[in-house]
Amino acid sequence: MLKDITLGQYMPGNSAIHRLDPRTKILLTLLYIVMVFFVSSPVWYIFPLIYILLCAKLSGIRARQLLSSVKPLRFLLILTFILNLFFSSGSTTLFQWRFLRISKEGLMTAIHFCMRLIFLVTGTAVLTLTTSPIALCDGIESLLKPLSKIGFPSHELAMMMSIALRFIPTLTEEADKIQKAQMARGADFESGNLIKRAKAMIPLLVPLFVSAFRRAGDLAMAMESRCYHGGEGRTRLRVLKYQKNDLWAALVSIAFLAVTILCGKLIQL
Amino acid sequence: MPIQIEHLTHAYMPDSPFTAIALEDVNLTIEDGEFIGLLGHTGSGKTTLVQHLNGLLKPTSGRIVVDGLDITEKGVSLIEVRKKIGLVFQYPEYQLFEETVAKDVAFGPKNIGLAQEEIDRRVRHALELVGLDYDDVADRSPFELSGGQMRRVAIAGVLAMEPTVLILDEPTAGLDPAGRHSILGMIRELHQSGGITIIMVSHNMDDISTLATRLVVMSRGRMVLTGTPREVFQQADLLTSVGLGVPQAAQLADQLIAEGYDLPRGLYTQEELIEAILSLRGKEAGAC
Repeated sequence: MLKDITLGQYMPGNSAIHRLDPRTKILLTLLYIVMVFFVSSPVWYIFPLIYILLCAKLSGIRARQLLSSVKPLRFLLILTFILNLFFSSGSTTLFQWRFLRISKEGLMTAIHFCMRLIFLVTGTAVLTLTTSPIALCDGIESLLKPLSKIGFPSHELAMMMSIALRFIPTLTEEADKIQKAQMARGADFESGNLIKRAKAMIPLLVPLFVSAFRRAGDLAMAMESRCYHGGEGRTRLRVLKYQKNDLWAALVSIAFLAVTILCGKLIQL
Repeated sequence: MPIQIEHLTHAYMPDSPFTAIALEDVNLTIEDGEFIGLLGHTGSGKTTLVQHLNGLLKPTSGRIVVDGLDITEKGVSLIEVRKKIGLVFQYPEYQLFEETVAKDVAFGPKNIGLAQEEIDRRVRHALELVGLDYDDVADRSPFELSGGQMRRVAIAGVLAMEPTVLILDEPTAGLDPAGRHSILGMIRELHQSGGITIIMVSHNMDDISTLATRLVVMSRGRMVLTGTPREVFQQADLLTSVGLGVPQAAQLADQLIAEGYDLPRGLYTQEELIEAILSLRGKEAGAC
């Protein structure tokens, strides 16, 4: 049960996409999101589709991996589809049964919103699949740096994120161990109603919190004994540097965005 | 209640590129009243093996028969199995969660649905078995006890299920010599007076050599050696090759034999060695 928890889905590799600067990838992912929101009719999803396939091709990620990132969203997708299908107003009725009515416009909106969700998730999956959590944190820190002028704790935020990411597998393992230990004492985590199950989590959660606090204390002590004093004046092992490829990636992405916007505006479908 | 392990194989994450074989074709029968010392280097599969014995892990292939019941089959009532086979994990004090010691120890008995009086009796008895004073600790929070005391409370939590087989995974890890000594004494007591079958995972040769009636040596997921401590400690080369050693007394005896002293082979406890050396000196004195 606990083994299924995977947050970092990074697939190590050395493709052109993998080697891009994390900052470029984060910014271009934002650009891509803008692009998806500019799509005005389901037909024009062809551009984000080509863009994603191009990224997948270049990075060596399989379509199956991208699609599996949509899986946790399946209920949200079904809900979105149903709500839009039945509750959108439209003039052309396709189907009517008592108070349930499906209009042509409703159907189109339902498809449109679901596609939008799917494209948003798969697009961001390209980022997390090709960028290691550490690189991602470095990128975010670097991008937020200008904000530290107005007192925004960008370094602390990034440090917190990378520590959190690093401790996910440790705590998962710990939770698995505690769960097994309580099961050995006859604890039952799998049956019963919602309240009973929630109560059954106490023997798991209390030791897990105790251990998380203990680890946090130990880590703080270890960091301090190595003279950690925050981000000021701190140098890094890997210095982020933009390469030529980052420029090309940006140009191609901007071209995609421009085409998507123009097609949506000029050709009305 | 014998435990038969037949052709037990376990692979973590099968059918994925990350497959790791943790256990391979392990065959072992554990009889009533034995004290098994389970030895092995880190990552040799000891912990994986003991987690199979009360159904926490399911084997990839093979079976485990406890008291005539195949616990690897689907639909077996695992709570029955866990009542009979108690498992104390490594660093068990990290599983304590209740507000008071008594409540924490009562967690297991409560889960198996016992009556309140029976639970109280068992809590009292279990705390007594681990050498804690019921009246002193029962109403205290387990988190304000010392490390060694917390470990005793955790072990009491398993003993309160009144198992006939007790498995302990490195029960002395991280304890100071005094704490280690008293935990080991308690385990010996449980085996000798309580008549409980004990399986103890350890990589401390000196601890295990004086307690166990039989040793099982694991390496890379396979069982490489089993026998009485005397038999096992004679295979010093094999033990070294799997990353283990022999007890200090056995090491010293081997060195003395290599130096030409006429000591009997297969000594492994301090007492035996002292006796052998003394009798050797007696002989020499007699020859003069």
